[in-house]
Amino acid sequence: MGRIYGKSSTDFAVDAVRLAIADAGLEKSDIDGLLINAGITGFSGQGISLQLQNALGMGNLRLLNHMNAAGSTAAQMVQYATMAIDAGMAKHVVCVFADAPLQQGGSSAAAYGNAGRRAGPTGILGLSAGAGHFGANTSYALAARRHMSLYGTTQDQLGAIAVAERSWATMNPHAKMRDPLTLEEYHASRWIVEPLHLLDCCLVSNGAVAVIVSPPEQAKDMPQPPVYVHGMGQGHPGDSRHAGDSPETETGARLAAETVFGMAGVGPEDIDVCELYDCYTYTVLVTLEDYGFCKKGEGGAFVEDGKLGPGGSLPTNTGGGQLSAYYMWGMTPLSEAIIQGRGQGGERQVEKNDLILSTGNGGALSYHASLILSPHAN
Amino acid sequence: MADSPPVKPVSQPDELTEPFFAAGKEGRLLLATCDMCGEMRLPTSPTCPTCLAEGISWKEVSGRGTVYTFGIMHQRYHPAWEPDLPYNIAVVELDEGPRMPANIIGVPNDEIVVGMPVEVVWEHEGEAPVPRFRPVA
Repeated sequence: MGRIYGKSSTDFAVDAVRLAIADAGLEKSDIDGLLINAGITGFSGQGISLQLQNALGMGNLRLLNHMNAAGSTAAQMVQYATMAIDAGMAKHVVCVFADAPLQQGGSSAAAYGNAGRRAGPTGILGLSAGAGHFGANTSYALAARRHMSLYGTTQDQLGAIAVAERSWATMNPHAKMRDPLTLEEYHASRWIVEPLHLLDCCLVSNGAVAVIVSPPEQAKDMPQPPVYVHGMGQGHPGDSRHAGDSPETETGARLAAETVFGMAGVGPEDIDVCELYDCYTYTVLVTLEDYGFCKKGEGGAFVEDGKLGPGGSLPTNTGGGQLSAYYMWGMTPLSEAIIQGRGQGGERQVEKNDLILSTGNGGALSYHASLILSPHAN
Repeated sequence: MADSPPVKPVSQPDELTEPFFAAGKEGRLLLATCDMCGEMRLPTSPTCPTCLAEGISWKEVSGRGTVYTFGIMHQRYHPAWEPDLPYNIAVVELDEGPRMPANIIGVPNDEIVVGMPVEVVWEHEGEAPVPRFRPVA
């Protein structure tokens, strides 16, 4: 994962699936479910598709789909795989994400900007491009500003999230950005869209991640320590454009929190580790609020003391997240949640990993899905 | 032969929004009102997202609202916008309810605040009408 060139999304996906099958101690013929999520290249027709099944030579699938609810998809794939296995439809389901937007010599902004740009805007939706609103950076800057204005959230508080995640990244050999970061360096990073600095924004990466979901009674005898699904939830506000709605500051995480905590029979006070989708620093802040780790509007003060970083009371994005490690959409938080659940975090392994909250977010805070994972069987 | 300079992308009317843009050329702001439930909206589909009915009537509105949120764009995304960097981007909440992406004019970027009262000003990029907003006292 990272600035790796010369491979297509499909190449990355096949690599990831091969590694995941070997890691699980399975044979390819054991796999009877395949759920596929293309990244941004999916929008330009260059992403992985149902054709991946053929590249993998999987001819006896009992479950197959190409799914897209943006950054919430990874968590959703595990949810649907879990439900399918529970229902007896499949046994070993591979969930795979792959993307390859970066071109050699090109910038991240170009990679994402070009993929996101629509030629010939029309109608009401075209007013955004007409006003120079381009890309996700713009949408999240607008959301962050709204929060700052309503609740007094500060730039230092957003910066505290970037600094905490970088501290974790210094201990992650897979992380792209491994040099320690100070708040001063955060402030000195260039503006992208005020109030977002460069270091408020996630990386762009090429690569793939695959996760295998298996029945619990089989997983316990497989070579790796299993991680169990204790809770699943989703919440999708979509894109409201009307007075009275506040999707920028009260996100789909609120609905998902009710479901995921209800299913697991726990609350935010029971969570040991958070792996939160962090396309922007602000996404982490608002997600913490919406899961009830603090009150609405108090996310800034909550994160400011460094509790998300190493040694803090709520270890969060312990691999460095999308901000500092790698951007594999919802697979970034999910993969780190699994690593921490297995106890394989090495230098960055948290002491207490009994309950791990892993979230995915997509669109402009439009789509949300989450899992509560644990090394302990339900 | 020199390349022609880049042109800002400007939204073009579609079948649904032709009256909106035609009124904009005359400096008037129209909103769609659902013939069934009366909800006012900037329509992105022919059916009402509140009651799912088809059928709208366009009504002229005040063009007044407040800045719901805003940002200052520093990143070069589109070459035609490069000379404007850093430029503001805002979402204006119209007094009638719908929110509209637009630029704020007539005020320095560092004086824009959330909640600032504004009114629509239709400007033009080439032939195309573009709604922008300026502060009102």
